[in-house]
Amino acid sequence: MVRYVTRRLIQMVFLFLVFLTVTWFLLYILPGDSVALKYAGNPNIPPEAREVALERLGLDKPVLIQFRDYMFNFFQGDLGVSFNQYPRPVVDIIAERLPRTLVLFLAALVTYYWAGFLAGKYLAWRRGNRGEMLVTIGGVGLYSMFLPWFAFMMIWLFSVLLDWLPLSKFLDPEQWRDAPFRANQVFMRLFWVTLIASVALFASGFIARQTRSRRLGRTLRWGGGALAVGGFFFYWYGVDSGQVMRVYAGDIGFHMILPVLVLTLINFAGVMLLTRSSMLETLREDYILTARAKGLPERVVRDRHAARTALLPVATSLVLAVATVIDGGVITEAVFSWPGMGEILVSSVLSEDIPLAVGAFSFIGILALIGHFVVDILYGVLDPRIRVTEHG
Amino acid sequence: MADQRSLPEETHTADPFGSQPILHEVDSWWKIRLTLMRRSLRENWRIFRRSKVGVFGLVIIAFWAIMAVMPTVFFATGFWNPAVYDPVTGLELNPPTRTMTMVERITDPNTEIDRRAVLLDGRIPDTLQIGDTFELPRQPAPPDGRHWLGTDPLGRDVLSQLMHGARASFFLGILAAVVTVVIGTTVGSMAAYFGGIVDAFLMRLADLLILIPGLAILIVIGAVFTFQLWHLAVVIGILSGFGGTAIVLKSQALAVKVKPFIDAARVAGGSARHIIFYHLIPNVMPLSVLYMMFTVTAAIQSEAVLSFLGVLNTDTSWGLMMNLARTQGYLLQVVDFWWLTIPAGLSVTLLSAAFFLVGRGMDEIVNPRLRRR
Repeated sequence: MVRYVTRRLIQMVFLFLVFLTVTWFLLYILPGDSVALKYAGNPNIPPEAREVALERLGLDKPVLIQFRDYMFNFFQGDLGVSFNQYPRPVVDIIAERLPRTLVLFLAALVTYYWAGFLAGKYLAWRRGNRGEMLVTIGGVGLYSMFLPWFAFMMIWLFSVLLDWLPLSKFLDPEQWRDAPFRANQVFMRLFWVTLIASVALFASGFIARQTRSRRLGRTLRWGGGALAVGGFFFYWYGVDSGQVMRVYAGDIGFHMILPVLVLTLINFAGVMLLTRSSMLETLREDYILTARAKGLPERVVRDRHAARTALLPVATSLVLAVATVIDGGVITEAVFSWPGMGEILVSSVLSEDIPLAVGAFSFIGILALIGHFVVDILYGVLDPRIRVTEHG
Repeated sequence: MADQRSLPEETHTADPFGSQPILHEVDSWWKIRLTLMRRSLRENWRIFRRSKVGVFGLVIIAFWAIMAVMPTVFFATGFWNPAVYDPVTGLELNPPTRTMTMVERITDPNTEIDRRAVLLDGRIPDTLQIGDTFELPRQPAPPDGRHWLGTDPLGRDVLSQLMHGARASFFLGILAAVVTVVIGTTVGSMAAYFGGIVDAFLMRLADLLILIPGLAILIVIGAVFTFQLWHLAVVIGILSGFGGTAIVLKSQALAVKVKPFIDAARVAGGSARHIIFYHLIPNVMPLSVLYMMFTVTAAIQSEAVLSFLGVLNTDTSWGLMMNLARTQGYLLQVVDFWWLTIPAGLSVTLLSAAFFLVGRGMDEIVNPRLRRR
């Protein structure tokens, strides 16, 4: 196992180097350059100024020297300086944008995985009834919905026609004009508080499942749940540091409703279908027959014996989904004008801001690599039948 | 199993080959192959038909296939005049009009217009006085007898664009799927058969391609090169063929590789190429056809998104129709200009859903463990 992990780690580092190199050169050969783009509209700038700008950005050196410098700096944690937001370091921009993307997409991920798993479980259990085809077709219809179109339809419905939710952006500038915090402080606070509450909620449910006694289980589940939710609200209303931020956090949360809703509607069907297939395979196992033959209640067979095994591919797909969060954000963030990583990715590529684009891509790569690694390890941990062999 | 229950019926049908051993008619090997193929096709169709979801998908695909052929018929029979109905250069010269009154200050933008707007709009004579009325051509025009789905802001027929968009989607989806399957099966089988360094290299390559964020890289490539439709199809095919599809097909090929008939072929002196192409790939094929369907869905969606963002260089596509509606500002006027956004958006959704549904139906053929007990 240790040998496998080390080998995978070495492969990962190598793979990342290749990925970074490919991305760097691919972005470098983009036609035109950022400096030319910036000065194209202004005829009053003398050519000398252009030369100076090129020199300052390090673009006057040969390509390979630039590449070498970039690589050296990269592994010292210096991703360069953004061309368009000169002299802001790329790391700084990414540190600003990453939490926004993570908060939005983790909220959506948790919602749609939870909904999809529940729906898939029931769908497999009640296989073959009339509703199944309807739910499947409806689910697939939502799943293959053309995302930008669907998102705009939802914006139209909820923001234009009903006027319940904000059109776009992640906060209301008017409300934030004399805010004592930067938006990202609130984002981080929101992230941590929600994370702690969710972990508490999950843990109470998990412990409740392990208990033999049904009454104790129920007390634990509801008590733990109430405690987590209560704690969440207590923080914003009772604790001083939370009270100050409450209005602003609420504003961000209000702007998150529509994107999360759209992402959930579109993605939950994928999880649902995956759970259904995996559950159907599990239901054919002998131990399900045994459980039934023992006379266990349907609910116990379904939730304890079948659903737990069926959770395996769903869990791994969840990890992979976390890993590809930024990539998936490209469209959603464009539609909702959500200033996150996906927005950076598109705008930096289109405006030839090479350091920023490579920085964003490298973050995607790191997340995806870690995700794949975690999935491989997780498979072994969750399913002892799968042994890690020499060939990996 | 239901399959076994219905088997006796099968042998009583008038199938010329079904009731007797195939080898009775010793013709040539390809005839036997053909017969076997026909039989398995019929059997698979029987299984497929039972999945209502798959048939539903097939019906939608058939509908769109007819839609894609229609423009040719319409143009050939003269029902449509190319000057008016061409999806790119067509123009409706006599659009419906709307009576407008020139006023000092606009209170109802649908029937009133002010001096500034008259000066900005080249179509209106600027000799108008306050209180005069005139006929303003409406372009985008709502559906009428001539244009069943109305016209777009440039005066082109929406239905014609929709039909040509279906054509583009089919072309793109099928080309991407074929490229994916050819690459995916070959790479997967080779990795499984040779193992060792070949396997490590191909699988790490697959890992690398999975790492690459698909949409973002397509935008980058779209920025570097002028992107035609078939370029996009090939790029999607390569990304998916060397990437995810290869990994799945490799695991399938590994399961096939340990079967006795592979050993038999090897003992009989079959070369690696022979074994891969005649024994491994045919047995991996069903699964790869399944992935073909999912690739079609992905390809149609990526094309729509890229055209919607305006990165792709195509003549007509559903994404481009949405792009026009977006850049001209009709996107959020869903009730007033529904024909500009809803048909195109719905088409992308429907066609990609249809391929996905067919894939689900095929899943039951490929994966017998999913069949109903």
